[in-house]
Amino acid sequence: MIRNLFILLALIITPASLAEEMPLNMTRGVTDISERVYDLHMTILYICCAIGVVVFAVMIYSLIYHRKSKGAEAANFHESTKVEVAWTVIPFIILILMAIPATKTLIAMEDPTNADITIQVTGSQWKWHYRYFDQDIEFYSLLSTPRAQIENQQAKGPHYLLEVDKPLVLPINKKIRFLMTSDDVIHSWWVPAFAVKKDANPGFINEAWTKIDKPGTYRGQCAELCGKDHGFMPIVVKAVSEQEYEAWLSAQKQTAEAEKAQAQAALSQTLSMEQLMTEGEAVYLASCAACHQPNGMGLPGVFPALKDSAVATQTDMLNQHLDVVINGKAGTAMQAFAKQLTAQQLAAVITYERNAWGNDTGDMVQAADINNHAKQEAK
Amino acid sequence: MKTLTPEIDSQPEAHQEHDHHQPPKGIMRWLLTTNHKDIGSLYLWFSLIMFFIGGAMAMVIRAELFQPGLQLVDPNFFNQMTTVHGLIMVFGAVMPAFTGLANWLIPMMIGAPDMALPRMNNWSFWILPFAFLILLGSLFMEGGGPSFGWTFYAPLSTTYSNDSTALFVFSVHIMGISSIMGAINVIVTIVNMRAPGMTWMKLPLFVWTWLITAFLLIAVMPVLAGVVTMVLTDKFFGTSFFDAAGGGDPVMFQHIFWFFGHPEVYIMILPSFGIISAIVPAFSRKKLFGYSSMVYATASIAILSFLVWAHHMFTTGMPVFAELFFMYCTMLIAVPTGVKVFNWVATLWRGSITFETPMLFAIAFIILFTIGGFSGLMLAITPADFQYHDTYFVVAHFHYVLVTGAIFSIMAAAYYWLPKWTGHMYDERLGKLHFWCSVISVNVLFFPMHFLGLAGMPRRIPDYAVQFADINQIVSIGGFAFGLSQLIFLAVVLKCIKGGEKAPAKPWEGAEGLEWTIPSPAPYHSFSTPPEVK
Amino acid sequence: MSQTAANKKLVKLLLLGAVAMFGFGFALVPLYDVLCEQLGINGKTNANAAVYEPTVIDTDRLVTIEFISHVQNGMPWEFEPTVTKMQVHPGELIRTSFSAINNGSTHIIGQAVPSVSPGQGAAYFNKTECFCFNKQPLDANSSADLPLIFYVDNALPEHINTLTLSYSLYDITERHLGTALTQGAAR
Repeated sequence: MIRNLFILLALIITPASLAEEMPLNMTRGVTDISERVYDLHMTILYICCAIGVVVFAVMIYSLIYHRKSKGAEAANFHESTKVEVAWTVIPFIILILMAIPATKTLIAMEDPTNADITIQVTGSQWKWHYRYFDQDIEFYSLLSTPRAQIENQQAKGPHYLLEVDKPLVLPINKKIRFLMTSDDVIHSWWVPAFAVKKDANPGFINEAWTKIDKPGTYRGQCAELCGKDHGFMPIVVKAVSEQEYEAWLSAQKQTAEAEKAQAQAALSQTLSMEQLMTEGEAVYLASCAACHQPNGMGLPGVFPALKDSAVATQTDMLNQHLDVVINGKAGTAMQAFAKQLTAQQLAAVITYERNAWGNDTGDMVQAADINNHAKQEAK
Repeated sequence: MKTLTPEIDSQPEAHQEHDHHQPPKGIMRWLLTTNHKDIGSLYLWFSLIMFFIGGAMAMVIRAELFQPGLQLVDPNFFNQMTTVHGLIMVFGAVMPAFTGLANWLIPMMIGAPDMALPRMNNWSFWILPFAFLILLGSLFMEGGGPSFGWTFYAPLSTTYSNDSTALFVFSVHIMGISSIMGAINVIVTIVNMRAPGMTWMKLPLFVWTWLITAFLLIAVMPVLAGVVTMVLTDKFFGTSFFDAAGGGDPVMFQHIFWFFGHPEVYIMILPSFGIISAIVPAFSRKKLFGYSSMVYATASIAILSFLVWAHHMFTTGMPVFAELFFMYCTMLIAVPTGVKVFNWVATLWRGSITFETPMLFAIAFIILFTIGGFSGLMLAITPADFQYHDTYFVVAHFHYVLVTGAIFSIMAAAYYWLPKWTGHMYDERLGKLHFWCSVISVNVLFFPMHFLGLAGMPRRIPDYAVQFADINQIVSIGGFAFGLSQLIFLAVVLKCIKGGEKAPAKPWEGAEGLEWTIPSPAPYHSFSTPPEVK
Repeated sequence: MSQTAANKKLVKLLLLGAVAMFGFGFALVPLYDVLCEQLGINGKTNANAAVYEPTVIDTDRLVTIEFISHVQNGMPWEFEPTVTKMQVHPGELIRTSFSAINNGSTHIIGQAVPSVSPGQGAAYFNKTECFCFNKQPLDANSSADLPLIFYVDNALPEHINTLTLSYSLYDITERHLGTALTQGAAR
């Protein structure tokens, strides 16, 4: 409490120059644009403060010296065209002075031409997907803060809610263009350090760009209400030197190939129930529990329950179960997980859903079943 | 502006057309009343109840945000709280409070016996409780009530919402019909029922601002009705206004919504300007400075409000020229708003000032609303708005404008006219206590939100990163204190109704206007014979 | 005129105003589309085929055209541009295509929704033939090559040197069959 009071006091008396050092002001960021935005913000703030000081000083003076208890007698004036014109024209001029740097900065911000790298950013409930245009690299970026921290069962880490499993890796000193879109509702991709905030609208694309000056890890969040877990879809960008970026790209390609090989190998593997359930639970908690809840009960009226549901318990609905997990369900928050999870993960999570929380069907799904699903169905 | 010295007919009973001078007793009095004062009281009580319900939801929000982590409510319920808190405060607390004040005061201020359309007046109030019962009822449905923010952006409110959306739409329709009926009534009353000699430029500013507000209501509430109808048909009847798959566009929703939404913001602040323009001169014992410029400023704000809607949507991806146009227009609003503030300050200047509770609230209004105006100007600067947009900076901004602006002016109005309404003076000591508790706590509540927003905390999130923890704690403490302080207001009002020092016809030395020429409490029919205004 | 008559007249006028504004709300929908097309808001492109008038091909200028695609959740289709990036001269008529594969077990009707970025460039991106003008039905496990013929207007502003064309593919089978009514309830 006392600490809070101190902070409150500090908030009130801290000069703006000091405030830069504390996380109380807008960040200066790490791009030319973000610096310009910061300067613009401070300029406007100072102008507002100056006007405020003048107006409030006049007001407070008259509140102190023109009190009836001090014997003040009311004057009789109540209009003056000259004064009215003056305080219409002067603010107007001040506004024009504000508009000039604002216009310049805005025009510089809205010029995504001649980009070196293009990243397609796709928002979906509640994760970001990045695709490196022309590079054949794409991945989902999910919140990596453990559930236990959110539910206060574990101490919160320093980057609580601002950490992801796979950050977006970008090189410094390159003009990077972002193409935003969304799979479902409107999201907004915001990294304060770049002064980039752009809405991801379903069906349409939006452009933004940045050129990062300093290597480092920069964190942001979704800035447009996008449903239940709007507060849980952070953005992490790792800015690295050009060489490191190139190395990362080739490493990614290698990992992708290794993963492909592994997935191929997994197709011929048959896992035990225990293995499937262990892996399935992990996948379920990471990818499914946000909506269907850890106990499989869903949120009545919003997200359907899986526990005791027909699709997860009836044997003849196994194909439907596979279909909805693999391809998603149009017009709902149920996504197509084929792109997000490997065949083995899909097999494990479906097995888990069919056997957890008393569903106990005994059904086991293997990676090969997932792979064969489309073919089987077509027959 | 000439001095208002009405001559009241000395035989008020002589030309009575109405046969009942006393209202009927019991519940039927309130259900069937067509009396502008009864309906005004109903509106004001309704607004106060909604203020406490909406406030309780704010307390839930602040309690959840007291610490990082999920403690009390799940995110889905949290979203319902932010949504319904917004809807209730906008449509249930602020707007009905202004309509209540209009009902009570406009006939008295223009020397009319009642509102022009008393039966419609009764209807426009009595459909309102049903709208809010439906809205609040939807919270108890399976899946809960609306959880897509009071701005209900599509497709979150269409494809991705639950079935209670139908109730939300229905409830907004009823609120809209109620507001439109109220607005029509206000316009007809002001245009047709002014006492002889009450020319346009003699109208009290509260009447002027309400007249302009009423036109705004008629212009934009139907647009809101239209956009919720589109949401309804998109969700349930297969149209695709906002669904890209069918050739629609979700961004179009925002354009239509904010075409309503921005004038709506002024609907919630213009009557405040009128209230402050009545109270500041009264307690400065000095005529309002620049009456006519006040009228013109109000009108220009109203006109400009139709040209700035897209400043809520700079991040949606507009062409640069559109961004520039909306930035310039938005900045322009600072000019007439500034004129108003300067006029108030000039009214105070060399006055003979006393600090009764209404005056305290009015002074706080001027200072704090101006702070809200400054942050509004900052938000207008498009490049900076990219950083501010959808953060707590915006939350701080509109709460400064709507809580320390609109709500404070409503409180000021309540204290100012309570003696006229009840015939008793309110308890000045309690009133001052209420003021000081409110003004301190409201700043502890909303001022640090500016810093939260600048430091990067998005709005409408149930949980936040650890670096925001300390400030959120302060904000929550301020929130609880502000919530509790409002119970003092309830106590003041109840006490004032029950009794207290008898109020004279004109309890405030410097007050001007026809309402102070009739006894306190105001008789059931104010001016049966129109007063002569010279 | 008596006061009641005056009141009635004014009430009628105001009600008319309210009804007109309700209509205006809906009128904003086509108005918005027109404005979008004229001003390039939101990167909406022409919804109907443009007519190619052979003009001078500006061989001195190269414009980069990029193609990207998105498939809606729950739609078992693969949908990708055959060429992701090309350089064209303004005025030149270009033919390219997208490939679509229906991996699902049912007949599905798709609808592609185009969007061009930067939005101001949309007005200069003219499609003379596009699969997005029509619905695209595909049987289970079949594929199709979806053609796109376009040219970039010579008048494309100097500062625009890259145009990105995005197609979002939606499953409109249900909508087409008129069963969209049940969609809300089905959730």
